[in-house]
Amino acid sequence: METPILIENARLLDPASGLDGTGYLLVRDGEIALLGNGAPAEAALPADLRRIDGSGCWLTPGLIDLHVHLREPGDEHKETIASGTAAAAAGGFTAVACMPNTRPVNDSPAVTALIMAAAAQACARVYPVGAISLGSKGETLAPFGELARAGVRAVSDDGCPVSNSQLMRRALEYAGDHGLLLISHPEDESLSRNGVMNEGDISTRLGLRGIPPVAEEIMIYRDLALAEYTGRPLHLAHVSTGEAVALIRRAKARGVKVTAETAPHYFTLTEEAVGDYDTRAKMNPPLRGAADRAAIKAALADGTLDAIATDHAPHSGLEKDLEFELAANGIIGLESSLPLSLALVREGLITPLRLVELLSTNPARILGVPGGRLAVGEPADLTLIDPQRKFIFRAVELKSRSRNSPFLDWELEGKAILTVLAGRITHRQ
Amino acid sequence: MSSGQLFPHKHILGLAQLRAPEIDFILQTAESFKEISQRSIKKVPTLRGKTVINLFFEPSTRTRLSFEIAAKRMSADTFNISSAGSSAVKGETMVDTARNLAAMNPDCIIIRHSRSGSPGLLACHIGASVINAGDGAHEHPSQALLDLMTVREHKGEIAGLKVAIIGDITHSRVAHSNIIGFSKMGAQVRVAGPATLIPPGIAAMGAVVCPSVREAVRDADVVMTLRIQQERQLDPLLPSLREYAIFYGITPEIIALARPDAIIMHPGPINRGVELDPGLADGPRSVILDQVTNGVAVRMALLYLIMGGE
Repeated sequence: METPILIENARLLDPASGLDGTGYLLVRDGEIALLGNGAPAEAALPADLRRIDGSGCWLTPGLIDLHVHLREPGDEHKETIASGTAAAAAGGFTAVACMPNTRPVNDSPAVTALIMAAAAQACARVYPVGAISLGSKGETLAPFGELARAGVRAVSDDGCPVSNSQLMRRALEYAGDHGLLLISHPEDESLSRNGVMNEGDISTRLGLRGIPPVAEEIMIYRDLALAEYTGRPLHLAHVSTGEAVALIRRAKARGVKVTAETAPHYFTLTEEAVGDYDTRAKMNPPLRGAADRAAIKAALADGTLDAIATDHAPHSGLEKDLEFELAANGIIGLESSLPLSLALVREGLITPLRLVELLSTNPARILGVPGGRLAVGEPADLTLIDPQRKFIFRAVELKSRSRNSPFLDWELEGKAILTVLAGRITHRQ
Repeated sequence: MSSGQLFPHKHILGLAQLRAPEIDFILQTAESFKEISQRSIKKVPTLRGKTVINLFFEPSTRTRLSFEIAAKRMSADTFNISSAGSSAVKGETMVDTARNLAAMNPDCIIIRHSRSGSPGLLACHIGASVINAGDGAHEHPSQALLDLMTVREHKGEIAGLKVAIIGDITHSRVAHSNIIGFSKMGAQVRVAGPATLIPPGIAAMGAVVCPSVREAVRDADVVMTLRIQQERQLDPLLPSLREYAIFYGITPEIIALARPDAIIMHPGPINRGVELDPGLADGPRSVILDQVTNGVAVRMALLYLIMGGE
């Protein structure tokens, strides 16, 4: 049995109970055994104890990332479940939901079982997301029941939109039967096909085919309409445009059961980051304009967007050191998400409690998994954050197998200095 | 002659990177080289011992030959690699191709590629100078320079001219380089074509987007029409080439709206009877073959300025 851990003098942040105060938290037997304001009564503590001073730091429920690509099975040169969850732990995450676009696609209980087996040794909880359609081809429903029984928590054809509206409707209806969350990758492929960056002045100047914001917005509108019509819950992945958040805001006001995420790059960067064909700024959906970025930030603050997810998408030089049009989409995110998100707090846009809601409490609620709360009896999934720790985001220090980040060599502020998974330390700095 | 201060560039990736005085300097140099091609012995020793590689990943007759003739008239050793015979078809990446070429110590690589930005990627991984001979829908700087030279020959001065560029602006690297180049040299550039082939951001590049071909051509000093590609019918961007010819082609009736002394340009190859009336292509206003002649002089100037100017 692990030695109990006492974290003292930390600022405890728990959006679920509204707790925000300096106090202590005791971890024993993998669970939160005790917590409170001020200092603990020494008599209540076990004799054998590891004490960690959290002065100046925030203690939060473990961060949960709703959207990562762990690349196993099939692309282990980019990432594995072991390396990806090590990156997660280093970034302060205790749980990740991994998308099904592996090779083969996670559209069968056999692939799910393979992921679950590797996940048993991992540095974070891994919640596999199954495919909506076989092979994510958008034609036939994947076996949601069998996938759920094997350990899948949600379904998505992430990376490929479900272009067939009837299939999307049936997927929404059928997912509920098996307790699965349906995650949409909103993209009208007939509008985005062959596009490689946001459509606008910069795509024209660079001679690159553009992806117009409406390609995302049309599909969001369709999926909101289907969610409203069927009455089923819908989660929208990687929302990136101003009109998209306006649509979601209106749908929520009407009572549509929709939740939505964005990624740190969409509130940190704009299409300007593509610069001179920098493939580290290539992802799908693409980086948008300054007005879109401002709208995404506002939506994080006002509750329209529910979660920050990284869309951690590792690629090696084989996929990225190419002509821009040939390079793969996606950037890694697990080890930069927290500092980039903390910038929203420093800007005064959101409170620390709202940050924890976006990075932990809401993701747990959306996915229907444990965690996201600081409460006695909850699993001891915890993140201790030094919000003022400055560091250079260096490639050599990454736990991920891949280096495809536009934030390399940036000075970032705020870092997870301790990550605890079920009472076990998975990261300490 | 020392050109290092007037022309500090190692690569020619696009007109976006060149300032107006530098463009002017290239044109002056090209004008002074034009006479070499009219001699009976068409060769000067300026680039003797220099190695120039034509690396063409896309088919090209005019541009590749023009660069090769330019290099040979300057006494450089030239080598041609075309996509069919290149290691690209064997799956070699651009970066590996660059490293392998670099290992053979060339002085200049002239590259044409279907992917925008490829010349810059090559330049990052090779010590030699790189000249962009057309990359995707990005830029075609030597074409715009030869167009500028041709207009200057016929009009004397570029500043103050009205230049109409008609056709597929979205996919045309020629249009992009010309919009940048003519704007930098003080001309007013107007573009027109089917709305499906006018991308966003053209105004940001310096052009006025006209709602019709007629409006773009009215009082123009220069009318440049672009090749329309067959495959644009599939995207779907156009109903048919026939419809294009009727509504966007340059005809005698349209050209009558331009200034009486207006010249007609086309980067070639022409789809006769589609974007340009055959009679106009061969008529007195057409400077299309002057463009080809000046192409050699402009490319001699570029090779000289980036390799021989020390």
